[in-house]
Amino acid sequence: MRHIISLLMENESGALSRVSGLFSARGYNIESLTVAPTEDATLSRMTIVTSGTDEIIEQIIKQLNKLIDVVKVLDLNDGKFIERELMIVKVKANAQYRYEMQRMCDIFRGRIIDVSDSSFTIELTGSSSKLDAYIESIDKAAILETVRTGASGIGRGDRILKV
Amino acid sequence: MNSNHISGAEIVIRCLHEEKVKFVFGYPGGAVLNIYDAVFKQNKFKHVLVRHEQAAVHAADAYSRSTGKVGVALVTSGPGATNAVTGIATAYMDSIPMVIISGQVPTYAIGQDAFQECDTVGITRPCVKHNFLVKDIKDIASTMKKAFYVASSGRPGPVLVDIPKDITAEKYEFNYPKSVHLRSYNPIIKGHSGQIKKALSLLLSAKKPMIYSGGGVVLGDASSQLTKFVRTIGAPITSTLMGLGGFPASDKQFLGMLGMHGTYEANMAMQECDVLLAVGARFDDRVIGNPEHFLSKPKTIIHIDIDPSSISKRVKIDIPIVGDVISVLTELNDLLSKEKIKQNTSLKHWFKEIDQWRSLNCLSFKNDKKLIKPQFVIQTLHKVTKGDAFITSDVGQHQMWAAQYYPFDKPRRWINSGGLGTMGVGLPYAMGAQLAHPDAQVACVTGEASIQMCIQELSTCKQFHLPIKIINLNNRYMGMVRQWQEFFYGNRYAESYMEALPDFVKLAEAYGHVGMKIEKPSDVEPALKEAFSKKLKERLVFMDFITDQKENVFPMIPNGKGLSEMITAEDL
Repeated sequence: MRHIISLLMENESGALSRVSGLFSARGYNIESLTVAPTEDATLSRMTIVTSGTDEIIEQIIKQLNKLIDVVKVLDLNDGKFIERELMIVKVKANAQYRYEMQRMCDIFRGRIIDVSDSSFTIELTGSSSKLDAYIESIDKAAILETVRTGASGIGRGDRILKV
Repeated sequence: MNSNHISGAEIVIRCLHEEKVKFVFGYPGGAVLNIYDAVFKQNKFKHVLVRHEQAAVHAADAYSRSTGKVGVALVTSGPGATNAVTGIATAYMDSIPMVIISGQVPTYAIGQDAFQECDTVGITRPCVKHNFLVKDIKDIASTMKKAFYVASSGRPGPVLVDIPKDITAEKYEFNYPKSVHLRSYNPIIKGHSGQIKKALSLLLSAKKPMIYSGGGVVLGDASSQLTKFVRTIGAPITSTLMGLGGFPASDKQFLGMLGMHGTYEANMAMQECDVLLAVGARFDDRVIGNPEHFLSKPKTIIHIDIDPSSISKRVKIDIPIVGDVISVLTELNDLLSKEKIKQNTSLKHWFKEIDQWRSLNCLSFKNDKKLIKPQFVIQTLHKVTKGDAFITSDVGQHQMWAAQYYPFDKPRRWINSGGLGTMGVGLPYAMGAQLAHPDAQVACVTGEASIQMCIQELSTCKQFHLPIKIINLNNRYMGMVRQWQEFFYGNRYAESYMEALPDFVKLAEAYGHVGMKIEKPSDVEPALKEAFSKKLKERLVFMDFITDQKENVFPMIPNGKGLSEMITAEDL
């Protein structure tokens, strides 16, 4: 099953490679990994999207906790959470596609952030599956370039990950 | 400049003094010249100059294994650090507390492909508990304090501190922190009381209880607590390779080592028990074989371990207890002392069943008049040393024979590479153990293949007058490789034959030691007696035993099979 794991770690050089190294050394999947400092500059927050059986996810959480630089680990799937990913996609917008691309952008509640004679650059946010659905819905031949941030997540309501 | 400012190199040394380090095992080089200059100017610890950095780390590792203290190694940048990696990985797999200090090229040269530069922190990351690159002289003292703290607390392990050369030349005041706190690192010491109570009542009401103890008991110095507990509840106990000595082998409750080359009775009892208590052990592949087969016989499993990630890793645990083994066992003993223990009558039946397995006498072997049996050498070594020696081993058949035929009654006496299985550790391990225990008998049980992997250390042994006795079981084969090739590869002995062996007697003599070649079974005991006699008390003796080439280690669980699927010597 797909899991989103959030963790807080010391904002030190090498900390990222400890986490990514752990995943490759133990053969765990990484679907995406994002990291940036938090409002407390000594801490970074990382979101890892992974998949595996319950036993594997349990081991991943334990192994992450074992890393000396990791302060806190939370499996967002243990409760209710919100997930968002940002995608920027450049699509063909010539006469053949122009109307269609604008319509699809509206349906998926995206925003056109750059326009040229022949292309639109569209910003889309949502769960990773929504972004997948957008890609599925448009003509593959119209896609010029995509870039995705990987998912970020946060617990709902009083579920808070803080030191 | 402030008058109480000292160099970074001197700060490193002062940190080692503060940690009351007695021995530093190392090898100098460009990036650590400042540190070595500071080593030269002090006499609070002894520096042991090895002949290869790998041996420095192994020796520091054995110093730790035999004393429980943190072992310290010092190596230079680049090749010094990469040579140390095998030693670090070996210590990591067996959770040995160590601090390795490596020199690094100056901070301004990092990343420029400088002479003897390598990314030491990157290379060692997967095989250390933690590592640090010190980028500021102000951080040396606090980093060293953290290194010793992290290495020795929780589940222990090696910690590497990489120090660029320019930092060791700068000057700063020395201020060693009294304590250190890491917000991200808080090992759990005390086990959950509710779980401990539940575990005890399960064990006391079990029909076929079984204790399985591992290296964690030795590392956690919990041997006497374990012994007390096991004797009080009266259950049978087995031990992993790493746990030997954690419970006295001469006790009748002890069933011997379990696992791939464990005894028939230990493996069968492990398979057939109804309640299993695992203490500081990790259910690894060489111990329980195939996990599905192991669980095919239903049992309730209790697991005490300081590392949560060891619990439910290969086998689902019913009652996990995360905590320091000594703390949890003490709590169990306290509960037991309050409890009125009823005679558990089912234990009698359980031991009857075990005695049937025991009667197979799975470790028996036939002595030969002409060929020396390796098992006989180990048995005689046990007899001659009165079972009271520190035994180090390399990796292979001789290691298993040492584990099977030299029963250990005390912890920290059996020193070998269990997890990584590193050939070549035997001699440097003996050096570390002998330096830590100068008056003790130290024997290195090895083979003609393993010993050649760190043979250069005979020179270190000469320099430091280490009277180690090397028991070389010389069968002219990489014995364990040959055994697998015989069993599973149709007798095709691919590259497992040791050709062009040196004359070990002359080799030992060339290094300034005593060499002996023993070719007849009747000479085994007299030779061992001589080697351990007063006359040779101060000398390293290299004993080259020419043994039966075709001897195999039994019992054996073939790779991937279950505990009760052993092959015994009788089967073939």
